[in-house]
Amino acid sequence: MVSPILELSNINKSFGHVQANKDVSLAINKATIHGIIGENGAGKSTLMSIVYGFYQADSGNISINGKKINLKSPRDSIENGIGMVHQHFMLVENFSVLENIILGFEGEIIFGKKLDEAKESLIRLCETYKLNIDLNSIISDLSVGFRQRVEILKALYRGAEVLILDEPTGVLTPQEVDELFKILRSLQQEGKTIVLITHKLNEIMDLTSDVTVMRQGAVVGHKKTKSTNKEELAEMMVGRSVLLRINKSESKKGDVVFRVNNLQVKDDLDVVRVKNVNFEIHEGEILGLAGVTGNGQTELLEALSGIRKIDSGEIQIFNETVSDQNNLLNPKDLKEKGLAHVPEDRQRMGLITDFKANENLIFGYHHQLPFSKSSVLMESEILSYSRKVMNDYDVRPQAPDLITSNFSGGNQQKIILSRELNKNPKILLVGQPTRGVDIGAIEFIHQRLIDMRDKGVAILLVSVELDEVLSLSDRIVVMFDGKIVGEKVNQDVTDREIGLLMAGISQ
Amino acid sequence: MTTLVDKSKVPWWVSNAIVPLVNLILALFVSGLFIFIAGENPIQAVQLIIYGSFGYIEGFAYTLYYATNFIFTGLAFAVAFHCRLFNIGGEGQAYLGGLGVFLIAFYFSFLPLPIVWLLAIAGSVLFGAAWAFIPAYLQAYRGSHVVITTIMFNFIASALMVYLLVDVIRDTNQMGPQTASIAKDLWFPMFKDITQLFGIKTRYSPLNISFFLAILASFFVWFLIWRTKWGYEMRAVGHNTRAAVYAGISPNRNIIIAMLVSGALAGMLGVNEILGVHHRVIVNFPAGYGFTGIAVALMGRNHPIGIFLGAFLFGILYQGGSEVTFDMPNISRYMFVAVQGVIILFSGALENLFRPQIESFFVKRLNKERTT
Repeated sequence: MVSPILELSNINKSFGHVQANKDVSLAINKATIHGIIGENGAGKSTLMSIVYGFYQADSGNISINGKKINLKSPRDSIENGIGMVHQHFMLVENFSVLENIILGFEGEIIFGKKLDEAKESLIRLCETYKLNIDLNSIISDLSVGFRQRVEILKALYRGAEVLILDEPTGVLTPQEVDELFKILRSLQQEGKTIVLITHKLNEIMDLTSDVTVMRQGAVVGHKKTKSTNKEELAEMMVGRSVLLRINKSESKKGDVVFRVNNLQVKDDLDVVRVKNVNFEIHEGEILGLAGVTGNGQTELLEALSGIRKIDSGEIQIFNETVSDQNNLLNPKDLKEKGLAHVPEDRQRMGLITDFKANENLIFGYHHQLPFSKSSVLMESEILSYSRKVMNDYDVRPQAPDLITSNFSGGNQQKIILSRELNKNPKILLVGQPTRGVDIGAIEFIHQRLIDMRDKGVAILLVSVELDEVLSLSDRIVVMFDGKIVGEKVNQDVTDREIGLLMAGISQ
Repeated sequence: MTTLVDKSKVPWWVSNAIVPLVNLILALFVSGLFIFIAGENPIQAVQLIIYGSFGYIEGFAYTLYYATNFIFTGLAFAVAFHCRLFNIGGEGQAYLGGLGVFLIAFYFSFLPLPIVWLLAIAGSVLFGAAWAFIPAYLQAYRGSHVVITTIMFNFIASALMVYLLVDVIRDTNQMGPQTASIAKDLWFPMFKDITQLFGIKTRYSPLNISFFLAILASFFVWFLIWRTKWGYEMRAVGHNTRAAVYAGISPNRNIIIAMLVSGALAGMLGVNEILGVHHRVIVNFPAGYGFTGIAVALMGRNHPIGIFLGAFLFGILYQGGSEVTFDMPNISRYMFVAVQGVIILFSGALENLFRPQIESFFVKRLNKERTT
């Protein structure tokens, strides 16, 4: 019997009246890849933040190599050989790779021989694990996949024996995911232990040897990956059986209701990010826009929703030009025209996280009846509306008075979605609807989008999740470097083809 | 070592009552040291403060009079702050507000009584708001930071008013830079007039019915910020400008609205000072209330109830402080400016000095209670 390298026993942690971890016990064996899977809000990230020393558990023990330890800060965890690669990278963009890695230790090694030693050991690490990183390149010049490797290298350099990765593939292309998996396997072969937090069943099946499933803060089960399958894991996560592939009928396409002609858009730094883009969306159709993050999708969505100025070209709703370079219809007026927008970045754009849930449920519609009457907010109407909507969309906890930042990502997304879908829009722009959202909620959100489509809504779905684009869209366009580089009808396309287009390689 | 405290577990009364109270006690303790070093007995000083501000009816009236001014300027700062604007210009806006009150009360004195009063209040609101409008416009459409421009506008207001008081609206029968007095029947009823109605004779104090106006203004601010679409939009812009734009809320428009309301509230200080006390415009009548209002608002966490309590506290300090300087020869008036400074230091700048310790103490205690 191997003794586990990392053992958690009876961990409890609560935030306010939300218990994020309930009596969690978990053992991770040395030199394995251990998956932790669960819905958002299931407590995976909280658990790992406790292991990494960000939070302290209310009760319970953590031991490493059989020795009980007390983790008070990330520094303690690093000293105990625990490294973490966060979902959002913690790198200084205008520093070189080397500078980023020694950040925090620079007092000791910034000059002379120590720096050379540091460089040497980093180069050795890169070779051992085939990371292929140039230490002198500047972070902002690196692709997302490489930035992630820098994070991994940083953790290894600090002596990580256990490497925790929080949703590492969310921002990668399929090809980059393959590369990452190769690196993780070679790490495992060299004796490192990897903890993979994810909500993607494919990754668990491909990569891990053991898997722990969490639901509502508690562990529901441990499995050997070999002796389980996707359906079983999904069912454990959600607590009921789940449709992994959305059931949808053929779309009943109507007239074109939304059209974009020769659109060009610049970003805040005056760089052209959307280049001569043309497309149209029909009534009752979902147009998927695939692409790696940062290829102009964000600027496109912002221009379409009236937030960002248009450089040239035009946008038409029901054959009426609503925006061009001289005139940008603002979000308020676009709402009147029947356009709703679920933004990509829910925390920085879609919500005011310091507001209460009920304030966010009316955000952007707060000036309309029944929420306000002659500019006075109608408290009781807002409250009863909020209760009803939170019930309809199964937002948990059902507490309209709770500050929004206390809800999990999936529930925050449901708050936005319910707000935008409830006003019966004719056109719906959706950005990354399920980013960081759990399987149960994904299924729910996808079903809602299909329902909207079947009601005749024209939907633009912008997502970096290829699976999502493939399973929902009727038609797919791929964006690369600001241009639309391909259009495919969904039935006759494979994810490889789209993946190549996303990487800018055209056949 | 810092301990991370889970914010959601801290009961509201700990962060909103216990922590400010501890800060206040600490500030008073340090102030006590000052007084001790100056060669007076701090305990005696505290007794004097309490006697001076509560001990007799006129003293208490003085306390409330000072509080009135602090409520106006505190509310002014708070409204702008909800839109994340640091309006440091309360002083100048109050100065101009006073001019508005005077001009209307002086030139429209032929109108029947309550109407002149209402118009004069409107005048303070209008002039205060107008003075805040220029920095607001520059912030919204030209990106000039409101902190810088409002500070500059305090100086401009001061220079402008001196010019007006010397060369334009000076009472030519007088030597000093001040205007003529407004008609006596327009003066606001004073505290002593009101007590007289109940047959109680009191001596002069500057407290007047503006105090009720300050209470009304507090209700108004609460309603505006938390119960109207405008307040909602201002808070949205203040918390997250990007999200506000997404929702179709114009940040520029709300910057302007918030600053106008803020300037208007600061301007209302002029009602208390001109209609209530001086009955004419004199040089530098806002006397720093605009600046102290910032501390009052920060202490009161930008909520009208907190602002009321903060204003009351500063009223006690002002009134009790003058009592102390009267009775203790070693304590100068400036000593109390230092005491105020210490309070501002502990409840503003060092607000979070002991917060983590206090909060974790209570969280641990509550956890213990729950488990046993």
